[in-house]
Amino acid sequence: MSKGFVAINVERCKGCAFCIEFCPTHVLALSSAFNSKGYHPPHVVASDKCSGCDLCGMYCPDFAIYGGRYAR
Amino acid sequence: MSEQLLEVPCEIPEGSFNPVEPFLRTERIPHIWCPGCGIGTTVNCFTRALISSGADLDKVAIVSGIGCTGRVAGYARLDSFHTTHGRAIPFATGLKLANPQLQVVVYSGDGDLFAIGGNHFIHAARRNMDIKVICVNNLTYAMTGGQTAPTTPSHVISATAPYGVFEPSFNLVQLADACGASYVARWTTFHVKQLARSMEEVLKKKGFGFIEIVSPCPTLYQRRNKMGDGLDTMKYYKQASKVRNGASTSECALTRSGEIVVGKFVDRERPDYYDLLQAQMQETLGDRYAEPEVGCAEC
Amino acid sequence: MHADPRGVLTGVHFLDGDHACCEGTLAAGARFAAGYPITPSTEVVERFASRIPLVGGVFIQMEDELAASIAIQGAVWGGAKAFTVTSGPGFSLMMEHIGYAAITETPCVFVNVQRGGPSTGLPTLPAQADMMQAKWGSHGDYGVIALCPNSPQECFDLTITGFNLAEEFRVPVMMMLDECVGHMTEKVVIPPAGEIEVSPRRYTQKPPAEFRPFEPGDNLVPEMVKAGDGYRFHVTGLTHDERGYPSMNVAAQDRLVRRLVDKLKPFANGRALCDTADLEDAEVVVVSYGITSRVAQRAIELARKRGIRAGKFRIISAWPFPGQHIASLAGRVKAFVVPELNLGQMVHEVERAAAGRAKVIPVTHAGGTVHDPEMILKAIVEAAQ
Repeated sequence: MSKGFVAINVERCKGCAFCIEFCPTHVLALSSAFNSKGYHPPHVVASDKCSGCDLCGMYCPDFAIYGGRYAR
Repeated sequence: MSEQLLEVPCEIPEGSFNPVEPFLRTERIPHIWCPGCGIGTTVNCFTRALISSGADLDKVAIVSGIGCTGRVAGYARLDSFHTTHGRAIPFATGLKLANPQLQVVVYSGDGDLFAIGGNHFIHAARRNMDIKVICVNNLTYAMTGGQTAPTTPSHVISATAPYGVFEPSFNLVQLADACGASYVARWTTFHVKQLARSMEEVLKKKGFGFIEIVSPCPTLYQRRNKMGDGLDTMKYYKQASKVRNGASTSECALTRSGEIVVGKFVDRERPDYYDLLQAQMQETLGDRYAEPEVGCAEC
Repeated sequence: MHADPRGVLTGVHFLDGDHACCEGTLAAGARFAAGYPITPSTEVVERFASRIPLVGGVFIQMEDELAASIAIQGAVWGGAKAFTVTSGPGFSLMMEHIGYAAITETPCVFVNVQRGGPSTGLPTLPAQADMMQAKWGSHGDYGVIALCPNSPQECFDLTITGFNLAEEFRVPVMMMLDECVGHMTEKVVIPPAGEIEVSPRRYTQKPPAEFRPFEPGDNLVPEMVKAGDGYRFHVTGLTHDERGYPSMNVAAQDRLVRRLVDKLKPFANGRALCDTADLEDAEVVVVSYGITSRVAQRAIELARKRGIRAGKFRIISAWPFPGQHIASLAGRVKAFVVPELNLGQMVHEVERAAAGRAKVIPVTHAGGTVHDPEMILKAIVEAAQ
């Protein structure tokens, strides 16, 4: 079980890819799905690597993603 | 607004939420900022700073001017004032003097604060007015289409300099330092952790605090100059930034594609405007001085 | 409610208009002023600067009129009654922020001690050439209230009225003095605080979840709020909806801007301030305001001595213009004579209201001194023929 989780709000995403680039453990990648505005949101490709650091949340200019730590 | 979440392999704990969410007027999200614009990133950092500084959110007032960054006031769930172009700082001055209990934060852009607003910036810094000025510097007038700003580096193309900017540009941290600001720092939108920490520091420090945040404007500044998109710009910030805390601000000028000196440059103690006012009045008037009760519930 | 005694300099004084205006602001409850030096208005804030630390408030001399005119609005949203003071060139600089006060419905007072213009003009000499600017000077459609005192006593009394109207209508109020009234020294009686009526700010009693800062009441005016009380409200100069959020569409624009103008109609129609005399049998009515009304008084007396039935209509609230009064007079008088220290400004409003049913004769003067009563008398005599 990973230390953290990531939650993605698809409709807010504008596909800037900051979260994908700056996730320290490369949990995210660009998906081929798209939202109603035509942007490609990220998707989780390595959930076990997520530490819940929430850097993705801090970077996201559209408030479309955040990370958190699981309580032990 | 739909809270529809993507099917992800992670289990989302019951009741978890994005830390920024309580600070937003969520009924107005999605916001108007472009893909890859850094303003939203700065708002995340500001939110973290409000949380970690223990601010009473009912006492935080945000004042902005006109421009893309000026729209922050409209998205923040605080007492917020979207004022006229260049005049957020004097509005903030009046607000703070009427109610010194408020934590007054000016959140505006480089053109708004330093072209039309330049005079007000230098005087508020000179007075050491107890307000915090967050300047998102995207090196252009973004909202109106990417015209030259006083911060636009030389040789860059802008909407009003189609053959290249040739005017020298401001070094904002040097300007703030020279005018007497108590706290001066610069970060980029890449430096989210440091920026949040700086914002927390500035919220806790009395006096005129200034934080410059270099941010992408992918739609105008970067696109017109073939500098890539927001992500390319963030990677440039990562590669070109040098943290030099305590550096002399005169050595921190920005150029078209050169080094970006970031860090905290000024953190000094000076009595703020209100301290000086009280001291002077008490000295000259003694007992006759009546404590200001400027704003009141029943006036 | 009654004035706070700490700001009321009860007694019989010998003051000039600028000084009396300052006392009016203090009696009205103003505890914040921001200004910038400009002749012939500076004495208002100079006196405020020396009085306010003894009363309990703040004066700040800002770096320019743009700063002063919006610092006062910041102070209002922080809970203060606030004003600024200026003359022609500064008034021009303040125009954007008068528009901001209008669209954000910020109650505040702008004092303009008018001087010769345009531009630097005649800094130390009177004129009344900013009257149209007081109403139309900012861009867009909006309304203001403008009051014209004609004596230092009125500079005191009407300033209090101005503050009260600002609170009642949530509107910027223009106090249109002139250099003559501002610099003439006369007896000013300041009553005890208990005899001075002051309108409190109409703060909402609704809880934050229910309150909308731009939702009009039955009188078309929204309730007020201030920062720091947990309302988390938003104020913007963009066209906005009742929540205060930007709402930049045709319907919202129509709703908001019409209301900004319409909310002042009750004042224009039923409560316009004016001072009239000898209108019952008048054949010529002299319409004037400010210092010119003092000169016109003489001309009217001289005309009466010559057997001309001259009447006085002194405008005290110039905006919204008391058109209904003029219109009803137009039905039964031969002519209006309108002397002004300008090349014809309020006279256009008189013409509009008279709608051709009476002659309207301007008595213009480019400014720099007051009319000679003979100039006004000459016009009255011609009008009566």
